[in-house]
Amino acid sequence: MGGATLPGVDQVWHWLAEVPDPEIPVISLTDLGIIRDVHYEDETLVVTVTPTYSGCPATSIINLDIETALLGHGIDKLRLERRLSPPWTTDWLTEAGRDKLRAYGIAPPVDGTAADGQIAGRIARLTGTGNLVIACPHCGSNQTEKLSQFGSTPCKASYRCKDCLEPFDYFKCI
Amino acid sequence: MSTAATAVDQAAFFEWLQRVGDNALILGHRVSEWCGHAPALEEDIAISNTALDLIGQTQLWLGLAAEVEGKGRSADNLAFLRDAGAFRNVLLVERPNGDFGRTLMRQFLFDAYHMELLRALQGSSDPRVAEIAAKAAKEVAYHLERSADLIVRLGDGTAESHDRMQQALTELWPYTGELFADDATDQAVADAGIAPLPSSLKAGWDKVLRHVMAEATLTIPEASWQHKGGKTGVHTEHLGFLLAEMQFLQRAYPGATW
Repeated sequence: MGGATLPGVDQVWHWLAEVPDPEIPVISLTDLGIIRDVHYEDETLVVTVTPTYSGCPATSIINLDIETALLGHGIDKLRLERRLSPPWTTDWLTEAGRDKLRAYGIAPPVDGTAADGQIAGRIARLTGTGNLVIACPHCGSNQTEKLSQFGSTPCKASYRCKDCLEPFDYFKCI
Repeated sequence: MSTAATAVDQAAFFEWLQRVGDNALILGHRVSEWCGHAPALEEDIAISNTALDLIGQTQLWLGLAAEVEGKGRSADNLAFLRDAGAFRNVLLVERPNGDFGRTLMRQFLFDAYHMELLRALQGSSDPRVAEIAAKAAKEVAYHLERSADLIVRLGDGTAESHDRMQQALTELWPYTGELFADDATDQAVADAGIAPLPSSLKAGWDKVLRHVMAEATLTIPEASWQHKGGKTGVHTEHLGFLLAEMQFLQRAYPGATW
């Protein structure tokens, strides 16, 4: 591919915004906030990805999906790099991504920084004032309770709504 | 911990990285044994996810260990092709699961130590160690919150659950000392500012332990005699059985990949 025909970085971001998360396909990799950088080194496109959880089984699938998508758009010189630091945080989930999660029936992480959210949650629990209020994504009620700290994937916890009685996943702050 | 990185003996650094990685690997494997067997679906999922986190952390630690060693081995080689005598995990994590109470007690005793260690490691003079610790600490905070919560609920639960939790604590207690015992390897990495001395983590661990056990109405044993050996490769017979299962595929079909 000649230098003049290389797709722009903005175009690449746009393509990556169309690659779904393999475990929560309603949100994209850019909604998830795991694509940290896209740039060219000579004619090689370098995409920097931050893993979510260390043991997330989707990590290798995500890399494969990125490669497949970009190859499909004609990028044949591609390198994926892993960046651990700063560690991924749910703060990087986009607003659009949060709305999509809610519409899909998953409560998005509580607002505010993940670190503060976690600490606020622990303080609330230790002082006996309960957990953070996680609104039901189905009916919007704040009358919900935690069933289990770990849900169907490491990034989620299991909750139940005491009003509409539906169980739901909550995307935990990390 | 010193902020300026000083030269570190690479052999000691490699040795220490294996200790950190092997603790996560062996405990990760142990708790994964519950997958499909835990007493409730939520517990099954929780414990399997804990195993995933720990094994994910292992890939980072043993990946770095392999890099530091510089002999062309990978994290997979270290996990699947070392024999028991080359493993550097503490004896606590290779203890068999026992009943669910014993599994949870082992998890709590380790999680509380793990949290202290990872917190300190975020200030490591080696940026690769610091960044792995920062990532792992976020996951381990959830492990500790969950195991502490269950220790309290079961300890301060029925007579049966209380007795089982007390029994688990009494039985596992002599395996906790090794977590905080310093040796020459620990001293070498501490001198280089890479990691804290294990003994320096004891006070923080004690505080969490006392708080949780008091709420759980459990009595911390007074026995002071402690097992050791795991950190230098002297293991109990349990590790061999664990490795036989964990390493079977790679040993039987060398080079097999998914």
